[in-house]
Amino acid sequence: MAIVQSFSIWFIPLLIGFILLYGTYKKVPTYETFVEGGKEGFSIAINIIPFLVGMLVAISVFRASGALDYVMMAMRPLFSLFHIPAEVVPLGLMRTISGTGALGMTSDLIATHGPDSFIGRLASTIQGSTDTTFYVLTVYFGAVGIKKMKYALKVGLLADLIGFLASIAVISLLFYA
Amino acid sequence: MVNYIWVGMMVIGFIVAGINGTMDKVNEAIFTSAKEAVTLSFGMISILVFWLGIMKIAEKGGLLEVLAILFRPIVKRLFPDIPKDHPAQGYILSNMAANLLGLGNAATPMGIKAMEQLKILNGGKNEASRSMITLLAINTSSITLIPTTIIAIRMSYNSQSPTDIVAPTLIATAISTVGAILIDRYYYYRSLPKGGK
Repeated sequence: MAIVQSFSIWFIPLLIGFILLYGTYKKVPTYETFVEGGKEGFSIAINIIPFLVGMLVAISVFRASGALDYVMMAMRPLFSLFHIPAEVVPLGLMRTISGTGALGMTSDLIATHGPDSFIGRLASTIQGSTDTTFYVLTVYFGAVGIKKMKYALKVGLLADLIGFLASIAVISLLFYA
Repeated sequence: MVNYIWVGMMVIGFIVAGINGTMDKVNEAIFTSAKEAVTLSFGMISILVFWLGIMKIAEKGGLLEVLAILFRPIVKRLFPDIPKDHPAQGYILSNMAANLLGLGNAATPMGIKAMEQLKILNGGKNEASRSMITLLAINTSSITLIPTTIIAIRMSYNSQSPTDIVAPTLIATAISTVGAILIDRYYYYRSLPKGGK
């Protein structure tokens, strides 16, 4: 566990250092390039606002009304059978449909349970470990006019399921074993 | 699909609130959560600006090409249908490299270019080829080194150690990517007797 944690801490500074030195070696105008790329970051953050507002409002309405509790209660026996925490199940489903929707749910779970709680860490890992299957499928196949997807959707969805279960297993083993 | 889920959550919420008598909480939730969403987005500006700035340096320095060379043997195995030194290979490698670095904006254009090449290889048919589905499988399970957005969210909620999920995420993505490739292979071989080819 200590190794995993120090790997996480060292990884980012090492990567940044490497990129900066490599850029300098390749005679990239590092500072100007950094500023140029940084501007994109600002517009991405601003562009996310409407997605987050829309999703967070819908989720909080669903939760504040008590509807989410009913759903959880109904599903709990099924998921506890497989040791799956019911709190992250809606996230797992949303993750395949909408990346920004899942991002809203992840933020909500982190806000409710705390970033360093089991659920908070689990939600973070689930969010990071799969991509939005429907989005990728739509964009990539749509762009080149593929109409017959064959077994692509099945593969994408099963991969999501594996990512979801792997996240639960990894977080349980690394932090709470 | 997202539209139905979004409307469904709201409308079901309102109906349940009417039955439960929790309409006051719902009213409050609408405005506090809208405010929270904006605060959250602003909190993410810092890390997004920093990280995309750093990544721009990696892109301009040609690190994508270096990664492409490193991963060439793996790509040959993953996409046996693609002829040697076909342009599709370069695009697939760049797509995977960009995904690895969390460069979603760079990954998508590269992936689309790869798809174009694969469509030409497949005789321009409007049907998904074996390589296309493999490329999709790899993209939907997305191997990412640094989940930037998540770290940003964890930071804005005062996590004691916002980056401690980096290693678990790496392990989980590795598992899901290997899983995706195996599932892809399974369905490919299963499609053989019926589809011919």
